[in-house]
Amino acid sequence: MIKQFITAALIFILMSSTALAESIKIGFVTTLTTGAAIIGVDQKKAVDLAVEHIGGKMGSLDVKIVYEDDEFNPQKGKQKTEKLIKSGDIDIVAGYIWSHVLLASAPVVLNANKILISANAGPSPLAGKNCHKNFFNISWQNDQTPMALGEVLNQRGIKSLYILAPNYAAGKDMVAGVERTFKGKVVGKDMTTWPTQIDWSAEFTKVKSAKPDAVFTFYPGKHGAAFLKQYAQAGLSSTPLYSVYTLDSLSLPRLQQAKMTGVLGTTMTQFWSPDMDNKQNKRFVADFKKKYGSYPSFYAAQAYDSIFLIKSAVEATGGKVSDTNAMRAALEKANFPSVRGNVRFGNNHFPIQNFYSRKVVVDAEGKWTTKITGIALKDHQDVYAKDCKL
Amino acid sequence: MEISFVVEQLLNGFQLGVLLFLLAAGLTLVFGIMDLVNLAHGSIYMIGAFFAATMTLALDSFILGIVIALPMTLILGMVLEVLALRTLYARGHMDQVLATFGLILFLNELVRIIWGPAGLAIPLPLFLDGSVSLPLGIVYPTYRMFIILIGIIVALGLYYLVSKTRLGMLIRAGASNRTMVGALGINIRFLFTAVFGLGAMLAGLAGMLIAPINQAQIGMGEDILILAFVVIVIGGIGSIRGAFIAAILAGVIDTMGRAFLDVLLLALLPANAAEAAGPALSSMLIYFLMAVVLIFRPQGLFPARNG
Repeated sequence: MIKQFITAALIFILMSSTALAESIKIGFVTTLTTGAAIIGVDQKKAVDLAVEHIGGKMGSLDVKIVYEDDEFNPQKGKQKTEKLIKSGDIDIVAGYIWSHVLLASAPVVLNANKILISANAGPSPLAGKNCHKNFFNISWQNDQTPMALGEVLNQRGIKSLYILAPNYAAGKDMVAGVERTFKGKVVGKDMTTWPTQIDWSAEFTKVKSAKPDAVFTFYPGKHGAAFLKQYAQAGLSSTPLYSVYTLDSLSLPRLQQAKMTGVLGTTMTQFWSPDMDNKQNKRFVADFKKKYGSYPSFYAAQAYDSIFLIKSAVEATGGKVSDTNAMRAALEKANFPSVRGNVRFGNNHFPIQNFYSRKVVVDAEGKWTTKITGIALKDHQDVYAKDCKL
Repeated sequence: MEISFVVEQLLNGFQLGVLLFLLAAGLTLVFGIMDLVNLAHGSIYMIGAFFAATMTLALDSFILGIVIALPMTLILGMVLEVLALRTLYARGHMDQVLATFGLILFLNELVRIIWGPAGLAIPLPLFLDGSVSLPLGIVYPTYRMFIILIGIIVALGLYYLVSKTRLGMLIRAGASNRTMVGALGINIRFLFTAVFGLGAMLAGLAGMLIAPINQAQIGMGEDILILAFVVIVIGGIGSIRGAFIAAILAGVIDTMGRAFLDVLLLALLPANAAEAAGPALSSMLIYFLMAVVLIFRPQGLFPARNG
């Protein structure tokens, strides 16, 4: 009698636990330690918020996120990705801030016939020749933002430009992007040693003697904050500064703390801004600020979008997450509410979207943030899409 | 090319040199006297910056912040010496490298736990946050002039300390023959702790001075530590004078390379090649200097130790 009861109870428990196990498991690889952790932590906050906003459900499935830390290191990123794939029960892998980490890790996911969604990195090989049917990018291709900036410079009648950027792959991409669209003359260009050089006194002296209409720069992370401080200290504030990926919601609070008023009014380009007027973005920004006390960065916006993108595909396939073909077809439709408004995927699974010029302003509460001032590129597709055979 | 441009670049080089000197002075003392290879010297530079940033933000005064952060770094250095580094003196250089590398990882993580990954930016006081007009129509950032000034004061102070005081005598004696100093009944243990604390304070000062320019940041020490080692190798290990001259040389050569090399290369090479070669070459110049010094004077320009 007791034996039968226990057996029945066990069967009941087993059945109910399999019923509970109806879930989708998403591996999210980002940077949670090292100096670059500030970006990864912002992405994690956004993913947590997105899961909260969808009530922890995609269709009838419970959402489980497994975070992994790539330690800002391609080998580590690849190892962590392998760990996710080998665990066997991960349905989709997303995340990846850094192009070099993504390039090292992507084959692991794609060879296992799983879907991979980049929430930031957009290196040209994956957009062009090496594009893959199971790879999606929900941010942008590296070249697009600087190309948009080159357009803004033309719109503003800038005739002479001085370029300062770090001498590594992304730095060269950014410079090439601006030069592709900028129609004026580049009167000076310094590519500095990356990442060791963090002082620009010699370069700023050169800028002063070249007297350009404007300066273009790209210094992500800690270099950006240092660059901007020194730019003002060198007495260059009267030369307009245009940047990409140098000023964002992560660096602005620190610059405000340091009273770096020189950055107010400077222009950059981006596919998104916290002030964008759509329902999805308003909810995202307001709740992010309420929960974490700061503006979300664009990294966070992309991470937030990635969860809603996955949700749209899960619901379209009726929860058949393991059916990679069906999932891919659903993802390609990009039928989800994006914080950036309209977006669709090109043949290479990179977004076709608007790029905006935005400038640094003070909001109603006195916090520094960015505001859209105009459209730089409309419905723009990256230049590598034509090399993609999808 | 205008003369004012050249002079301004010289000032830039001098300012970089002065910072390198502050970092290298402590390193060369510790290496020269205690025969300790301390890779964690850069971590003290970082923690000095964080101390100064925290104090500046708390007290709303940069000068006060530095005044309080200096003794804090001194104490930190002495505590580190007593707790961790003292046990390493009897060991070989490889063990020291390994242990102090571990210390870098430990201190970086400690800073992340205490201050978070974002780093700290601090504002400059108004009287330093502008430019000064110099002869030849040069307009130079006040704060960088301030760094040069502090560097010169510290260099003179160190010169006085090392050549005119009893502690300095012991330091010089320790650098040239450690065993003999001990045999003469000097408390070597205390001397080492004091020297290490002094070196830590100087490294901390360099970090404090750079904080308003760059901001206090995890890992900032690793970027500059290699340069500091190059400086002490050029200057001669254990020599303050050598460290000063080598630091100024390194600062000026590095800055001049960044300022003029691309123009020079443009005259010799096609634009594309010059653009690629310029930054690569200019970042190598200091190492060329070190290689040349090592070929002709392997003991450095001003060696302190004789055998």
